[in-house]
Amino acid sequence: MPRVEFWQGNKAIAMGGIAAGCRFYGGYPITPSTEVAEVMAEELPLVGGKFIQMEDEIAGIAAAIGAALTGVKAMTATSGPGFSLKQENLGYAYMAEIPLVVVDVMRGGPSTGLPTKVSQADVMQARWGTHGDHGTIAYAPSSVQDSFDLTVKAFNMSERFRQPVLIMTDEVVGHMREKIVVPDSVETVDRKRPSVPADQFVPYKADDDDVPPMAAFGDGYRWHVTGLTSNDWGFPTNNASDIDKKATRIIRKVDRFRDEIVEYSCESLEDAEILVVSYGSVSRSALRAVRELRAKGVKVGHFRPITLWPFPDKELRSLPSNVKKVIVPELNAGQMVLEVERVMGGVAEVISKTLINGELFKPAQIAAAVEEVA
Amino acid sequence: MPREDVMEWLRSQFMPHIWCPGCGHGIVMHALLRALSDLQKDPTKTVISSGIGCSSRLPGYVNACTLHTTHGRSLAFATGVKLANPELTVVDVMGDGDCSAIGGNHFIHACRRNIGITAIVMNNNIYGMTGGQASPTTPHGAYASTTPYGAIDPAFDLCKLAIGAGATYVARATIAQPQLCETLIKKAIQNDGFSVVEIVTHCHTQFGRKNKRSRPLDNFNFFKDHSVMKAKADTMSPEELEGKIVIGELHNVKGEEYTHRYQQLIERVRG
Repeated sequence: MPRVEFWQGNKAIAMGGIAAGCRFYGGYPITPSTEVAEVMAEELPLVGGKFIQMEDEIAGIAAAIGAALTGVKAMTATSGPGFSLKQENLGYAYMAEIPLVVVDVMRGGPSTGLPTKVSQADVMQARWGTHGDHGTIAYAPSSVQDSFDLTVKAFNMSERFRQPVLIMTDEVVGHMREKIVVPDSVETVDRKRPSVPADQFVPYKADDDDVPPMAAFGDGYRWHVTGLTSNDWGFPTNNASDIDKKATRIIRKVDRFRDEIVEYSCESLEDAEILVVSYGSVSRSALRAVRELRAKGVKVGHFRPITLWPFPDKELRSLPSNVKKVIVPELNAGQMVLEVERVMGGVAEVISKTLINGELFKPAQIAAAVEEVA
Repeated sequence: MPREDVMEWLRSQFMPHIWCPGCGHGIVMHALLRALSDLQKDPTKTVISSGIGCSSRLPGYVNACTLHTTHGRSLAFATGVKLANPELTVVDVMGDGDCSAIGGNHFIHACRRNIGITAIVMNNNIYGMTGGQASPTTPHGAYASTTPYGAIDPAFDLCKLAIGAGATYVARATIAQPQLCETLIKKAIQNDGFSVVEIVTHCHTQFGRKNKRSRPLDNFNFFKDHSVMKAKADTMSPEELEGKIVIGELHNVKGEEYTHRYQQLIERVRG
């Protein structure tokens, strides 16, 4: 029987991870993500998993990558400054194609910024934070239920595409408590394993889906893993065609399946002339505002990207053409609005509403922004 | 030429290696492979990890499960590997910059945990791959491209650092004693806990040419002339030990290994 619980968002992330099969957590304490580590420290040994508090953020993700290489599902969680530190080995995991879930509970920045206050200012860092190009999959939960469900999805996607997947949650969603329905079990995906004999194993030779099967250290295969650009053997290369093959594949393996990855939700779009685009905690305020305005007869709708990356651009573009104005409220100085501009620019007027004082938008503030242009 | 039984452990298809002719790193690799072979380790259950630098290219040539990570971070990766699957033999090879500069924090914490990993530090007193910059083990007064007037920083004693931080097996040799390297590496791998073997080697290309040891043989002879076995060193005064390299087994104590402790924790909480 699915059970009803009253959980915090960060706890739902940890429990979602365990439900998805996560059996290793490497991390470092940081507000406002620490509860993920605390729940993992308590729960993982109970299911035979391993938790380790490492000496810093960099080591936390490094240990998780090391564990993932032994065939285990692994995760790490952090916030703001820690997300900056993790970029180094996040890049390693994209390059070496390591399944991994990385959680960022966003707080105000730059630097130490606002450890206890909400922000959405890491969403571009999620896409472009580490040096070099790669495909990105990032989810933005807006409720405790989402925190659980999207963490399960993040694990499944990381296993399927053999790369890190990000949960870009925020301090409000991470720390609030609300009702959640916890399923008895969830659908899980496991990484493809090599089927060839050990002497025929070419560790980075991709299948038709651009994803190479992944052996585990200790299961009979011998293979090399490196952060250097490598050929199919996983060995460093300076050959331009080998470089191109690897560099384009780690982008293409996400791009070509974006239709299966992209998620969004929408409300009251039919006759909407004004559209509010928001994600994470802000979408809670925005939905309240939209519903109240609808009750007053304002033709306003809401669109929420659930995957920030890949951004649901095609889906946003195909919305009803009577939308004339798009309002994008964000807890940053205007980041995802750049994506909305890319999609809707020239079709509708795109208006950025920013809030960077550590507070969450109140529904009335979003309603006022809509009424201003209605 | 490598001993015949270690050929099974070599990825000769990826040779020639990137090391300069006369580099000491090959002596370390050969000693490591002889140790693994003599201990009858299974290459599919052996993980060789490394960071970044000349020394860290070693795993690429070893036909086992090999993990070339980011600069200084290899012990953190290796910790995840070992904790997730304690049945694996994990050997981490590092350079002096890797171990004691960018990776210094990971190094002391791996020592503190006493996790069952063998760290081999190939100390050539310089950043070789990037062109000869000073490292934390560049001797006081030595020349490097970033110490054109001589180094004013004191150098780290890596073994003292490891002992102080809690490693249970700590030893040192130089590449002028290949047999000792092999013996110490073997004992380090057999230790059920965190082991550190510092192997003093040379970079004649980057360090030697600036410090009057430009030929490989100059370095080999320097190491031979300056090495003192631990037993003898214990009878010498600090003045007599000035400039000497103390070799042999420096520290060997019992301590509970980290992954065993975690397994006990799991059993305790699961009841």
